[in-house]
Amino acid sequence: MGWQWFHRLGSPRWFYEKTGPWVFWLGLAALILLAVGTLWGLGFAPVERLQGNSYRIIYIHLPLAFLSMAGYYIMAISGAIGLIWKMKLADMVMKSAAPIGAVLTFLALFTGAVWGKPTWGTWFEWRDPRIASTMLLFFLYLGVIALQASYQNQQMADRFSAILAIVGTVNIPIMYGSVYWWNSLHQGATIKFTGGTSMHPSMLYPLMVMIAGFYCFYAYALLKSVRAEVLHREYRTQWVKDLVSSNRAV
Amino acid sequence: MDFQFESFGEFLAMNGHGAYVWACFAVTFALMLYLAFAPDIRVRQFIRQQKRLERRMAAARSGELESG
Repeated sequence: MGWQWFHRLGSPRWFYEKTGPWVFWLGLAALILLAVGTLWGLGFAPVERLQGNSYRIIYIHLPLAFLSMAGYYIMAISGAIGLIWKMKLADMVMKSAAPIGAVLTFLALFTGAVWGKPTWGTWFEWRDPRIASTMLLFFLYLGVIALQASYQNQQMADRFSAILAIVGTVNIPIMYGSVYWWNSLHQGATIKFTGGTSMHPSMLYPLMVMIAGFYCFYAYALLKSVRAEVLHREYRTQWVKDLVSSNRAV
Repeated sequence: MDFQFESFGEFLAMNGHGAYVWACFAVTFALMLYLAFAPDIRVRQFIRQQKRLERRMAAARSGELESG
């Protein structure tokens, strides 16, 4: 097992050509899983005893909350790889992950607010540590987007946004711990890998389908965004010129 | 596994929680559609721009030949 794959992965051209067929299948998987999960969660999962039907928001709120954090890991780790090994592709992943993460984190906050109104009686609670740390996560994403937009020199933009992304990872354990360390309106983890999941299977299975669907969607959106970024940054190379003139890029 | 609502109207109403639930799903899916297709728009713009550039370069080259 050599390091060849690692170097090849750093080649934007190899990545672009290799991942072409994945786009369709990831999109199809996301579409099917999200359609099944939505129908199942909204129409067929039983009503929750205390919250009534408003609990059905969990079928998007939880996957969005997962992805807002997972997306941050992807952004920060690829930023670190780009910074340390000067891998062009990693910088492109970091840049592409920022707007996707920002939108998903915004949606996690939005669905949380709309769910909070009928459940906790409030749209927004600044003092809730999980809401506050999610707001901070949102601003970290916006910070990376802003840094990317404020440098003419792409190398500088990548370097500074990677540093911000890496520093911002201190927020992630705070997000996880927030519901245990402080008084929070949020409950503890609903799904635990070590057993003791506190959810009935009739509600849990559609949630699993939705989580899988959202992960496929994330991979789909990120992949497409990175591929667009590859074309933009490699516009001077012959293979991109050939792609443009042969109309095979779209 | 049964459908939990008596009618389509009740499904939409969700016992008074319909507005909250449907607003969440609608806004989420709308923004997800944007995330899914924004890269396509960006690639199309890029190709259009590159082709325009190509044509301009070709025109400049043929202009040089004529004058020289």
